[in-house]
Amino acid sequence: MKTGRFEQQPTTNTVEEPLDLIRLSLDERIYVKMRNDRELRGRLHAYDQHLNMILGDVEETVTTVEIDEETYEELYKSTKRNIPMLFVRGDGVVLVAPPLRVG
Amino acid sequence: ECFKKKKKQPTATLTVQLTLACVSAPQLFYSFFKSLVGKDVVVELKNDLSICGTLHSVDQYLNIKLTDISVTDPEKYPHMLSVKNCFIRGSVVRYVQLPADEVDTQLLQDAARKEAMQQKQ
Repeated sequence: MKTGRFEQQPTTNTVEEPLDLIRLSLDERIYVKMRNDRELRGRLHAYDQHLNMILGDVEETVTTVEIDEETYEELYKSTKRNIPMLFVRGDGVVLVAPPLRVG
Repeated sequence: ECFKKKKKQPTATLTVQLTLACVSAPQLFYSFFKSLVGKDVVVELKNDLSICGTLHSVDQYLNIKLTDISVTDPEKYPHMLSVKNCFIRGSVVRYVQLPADEVDTQLLQDAARKEAMQQKQ
């Protein structure tokens, strides 16, 4: 019966599904790619199956493209801001990964 | 009659409640926001509007009621000068900026681990 299984429910350390990978990142810094060309880097404090998250010490990067009407040049600009503690709604999240390291 | 029967079987009731707890909608962020009622937060919506206010209440859908609101950011967005309170549908929220010192990160992390376990069952 399901009740029996529930009683013997220790914290399993095996990684079985993608959400387990996120569990491994709790209290670690992570990189989050979001919709609308936004990225977050922060310390993961909580998450759920919807990918709602609480991040601490967050840096948000918003990237925009300006196109010169005459030369059709694409000018990429990014705006950053820092937020000490942030709740992120899961429906905006596209990707979760360890922080990207250059080189 | 139903109630009386349940009282005579406390173990069964507790098991049922615990089973229901893991089957019904998990409540991590709902409980988290409930603990922040009365604190000042900034809600950033998907339409880029940022609203500062006091968290009055929240529900299971993470719909939010704010009181004493003001529009943060340069007020290039709709002036809501006459609006004191508002109800925000959870689905239009992008971020909620929280006071860092009101958040117990250790507790959150432990609760997230437990919730993740519950979801797997």
